[in-house]
Formats: sequence, C-alpha cells, structure tokens
Amino acid sequence: MTVANTINGALRKIPAWPIYWIVAAWTGWKFYLAATGKGGGPEPINWLEREYGEFGLKLLIAGLLITPVRTWTGINLIKFRRAIGVTTCFLILAHFLVWAVLDVQAFERVWMEVVKRKYVTVGMAAFVLMIPLAITSNNRSMRKMGPLVWRKLHKLTYPVAVLAGIHYLWLVKGFQIEPIVYMAVILGLLAVRLKWAWAKIV
Amino acid sequence: MAYRWTNDLTAADVTPKSMMMNRRQIMAGAVGLGAIGFSATQAAAQGTLKPNSLEDITTYNNYYEFGTGKDDPAKNAHKLVTSPWSIKVDGLVNNPGEYSVADLIDGLDVEERIYRFRCVEAWAMVVPWNGVELADVLKKAGVQANGKYVAFETVVQEENMVGVQRRVLDFPYVEGLRMDEAMHPLTLLATGIYGEPLANQSGAPIRVVVPWKYGYKSIKSIVRITVTDREPPTSWNKANAREYGFYSNVNPTVDHPRWSQATHREIGGGLFAKRQPTLMFNGYEDEVARLYAGMDLTVDS
Repeated sequence: MTVANTINGALRKIPAWPIYWIVAAWTGWKFYLAATGKGGGPEPINWLEREYGEFGLKLLIAGLLITPVRTWTGINLIKFRRAIGVTTCFLILAHFLVWAVLDVQAFERVWMEVVKRKYVTVGMAAFVLMIPLAITSNNRSMRKMGPLVWRKLHKLTYPVAVLAGIHYLWLVKGFQIEPIVYMAVILGLLAVRLKWAWAKIV
Repeated sequence: MAYRWTNDLTAADVTPKSMMMNRRQIMAGAVGLGAIGFSATQAAAQGTLKPNSLEDITTYNNYYEFGTGKDDPAKNAHKLVTSPWSIKVDGLVNNPGEYSVADLIDGLDVEERIYRFRCVEAWAMVVPWNGVELADVLKKAGVQANGKYVAFETVVQEENMVGVQRRVLDFPYVEGLRMDEAMHPLTLLATGIYGEPLANQSGAPIRVVVPWKYGYKSIKSIVRITVTDREPPTSWNKANAREYGFYSNVNPTVDHPRWSQATHREIGGGLFAKRQPTLMFNGYEDEVARLYAGMDLTVDS
C-alpha cells in the first residue's frame, strides 16, 4: 500500500462540509474584528476588503491545485473541491460587498468604478463569471447538465483565476512581490493543464 | 546642543497625554498658536480640526522602505538608525554643508501645526505636527537667486530596510518642491508629533510636511536638501508618471487613474464611517491657490 493510498484512506473519513462552516466562521470573525476595532488597525474597511479578497484568491488557487496534486502524487482531494469552489465565491461576494457598501458607499459610484477603473472591471468580471459556477455546483445541476456540459462550464474557473490575478496585480502601487507570486502560481497551474491537453491531442 | 523640542516643548506644553491618546478629543483649547505669517483664518481652521490619536498616526503608515503594508512601518521602522543623523545641504545655497538636526533648526521656533493629511490612496487623518517652517531653514541656508526648486532625499539603510531590499521603488526616495511652495508658511520641516519626537515610522528624525499635497510629497527621514534651478525627479513620478505628477496637489476634481479623489475615508472612523468629501488643496485653498494661478491643474497635476 502506497503512502498516497494510506492518505486517501484517511481522507475518506473526513467530510467536506466543515469547510463551509470554517470559512463562514472565519468571515464572520474577521467582520467582528473590523466592526469592533479589535482587528484591522485604524482603517478597518480596506483591511477587511483585502482579507476577504486575499483568502478568496488563496481558495481559488487551492481549487486549481486539486487535479495536479492527484496527478502528481495520487492524493485525491476531489471531494473537497465543491466546498472550496463555493466558499471561494462566498468570500468574493463578501469582498465585493465590503467594497461596494462600506468603501464606495453609493450604487452609482460602484457602477462608475466598475466601468472606469480597469482593475475593478477585471475583478468584477471574475466575480460575475463565478456566479454560474456557484449556482450549478449542486448535484441536481450536475445531473441536469450532464458531465460534459457541466465540466465545460466549470472550465470558467480558469479565466476567473487569471482575471483575479490581474485584479491584484493592477491594484498595487510600486513593485510588489505578492501579486506577482499569485499570478505566477495561477499561470503555472494553467500551463500544466495546457500541457496535458496538448499531450492528449498529440 | 540638544534638539529644540526637547528644550522648549514637551507634551505637557501642548496636549495632556490622556487627551493625546484619546482620538476624538477636541484640541481647540490646546492649540499652540503664535505662528509667524499664519493668518487668522488658518488659525481658526486649525482649531476645529480634531487630531487622530497617536496610535492611529503611528500604526497606519506608508513608508515603503519598511514594507508596503500599512502596519509594516510600525513593525519594521525600529530598525532605522536615527542617531547620529546628518543632513547635507547643497546646491544653489550660500551655506552648504553637513548639518545635524539641531544645527539645521537652531534659532527657529518649533511650532505646533495641526494639519489635515491626505494620502493619494484616498484616506486622510489629522496630525498635530511640531516643526519649523522650511522657509526659515532655507533662509538660513541662503538660497541663491537662481534657485528655483528644492529637492529632498530620504535616508537609505539597506540592511535595515526590507522595502529597499525588495526594490519596491527606485530608492533613495526623492521628492521636490517649487521654491514658492517650499517657502510657503504652511510648509514645515517637522521633528515631532504631539510634542514628542517623531516616531521612526513617521519619518524620524526630520521630515517635510506639505499639507495641501498628497502625502507622498511630504518626504520622510531626510538626509539631503538640494536647491536647484530645474524641476527635480520625484520617486512616484519616476515609478509611474501617468499616475503621479510633480505637483500632486490634493484635487477632488482630478481622479487618480485607478480611483476617485472626490472623497476619502477618515482614519479612525471605524468600519461604518461615511466617506468625506475631499477639499481642493486639502482645505488650504485660501492659502495656496495663488501659487498656481494661471496653471491648468488638470494637466500639471
């Protein structure tokens, strides 16, 4: 029995549902810290916005890692992928709401920012593309759509990840390493898939 | 000679410590006025501003030499070595040389000035600075007739500065002012906040404060003041000329390409604070608008 098999055996006993609760509790906890001034420093709006956005980006990458991890190590985390995807969308919704409601504070201005600012436009596009994925994440939708169509639709995750990476890159001032690292990881994980697709064709 | 602020001005002269820690206390009664060339309207405006707490002021900073996070300077700036410190004064001046902070401000009044501080990132705070007018320092240096601009440079201590190691910007950080801006009575060389020496993350031991311009013009921890006859390069302009002009006056009608400058968040207001309208020249329009008469500030931004 290989190490991967042992791990997979152990993983079978771990349910996926706690992911939803952990992410929801984390989101609430951060909001509580910001609202009470116990965390986030003297300017909690921007802090909360960034906390949600960055965790969302990390989860997005975690979702993209699942297939390569299985291919490379044999460890199968696929049962957690739905929870990871849905909570990613939830966090980005929270990210968007903090930005729109607490930061920008006016609907007309939210729309103006989406249209006028490139980094907001790409961020918004990423969020919008995520919504059909979250809606079709249930078993019923999967059955209704059939595996081929469903999988095709959920390949939208790839452009979502690229747009999210660009959103972060365009957001910062000066030469900052974090958004570049995120973008490199995202592009790396997509390049792996391109390689596999290419290998299938040839 | 010791720094003037340790001799002449203590926290007790300006603001009781209990008050200073309490952000929303009104400072009106404690404002130390007596500024030379400081109009009554300015004085009145200064009296109504409520300074942020020292904690707000020293934990929410941009000082990219110490990292890009708002709390990074507070975490990392203890590594800044501020003693000994010397400031090179050179260029078109009659009295060039290397000066200590004490020598540089020797004979000048350290005043308290409560100014609005508006960051280009659309947040703002109110800071009770202690400092001297830059004009007085420049007069001591003896600006020559062909001196049209003043350039400033921040210290580089690479081994102590994580942002310098990561090449976040092209360091040393440099800034500049036109001579009339530098000579304006609102422009300070600050050495303290709340009657205490500047915290390292606030730009110790001495920094520029230009309250009608975006914060990055108020260069920190200066080691060089150069009078020149041409517009000097400035760090953010070098990094991104489209986004950051030489003048960088606070202007609610000219957006940053990536965000609106019409409103800002006030630091210390909490998660549900309402955005506030940004004022032309950060509220110092009466005092400084004449400097830019005839200039198109949407072009020369």
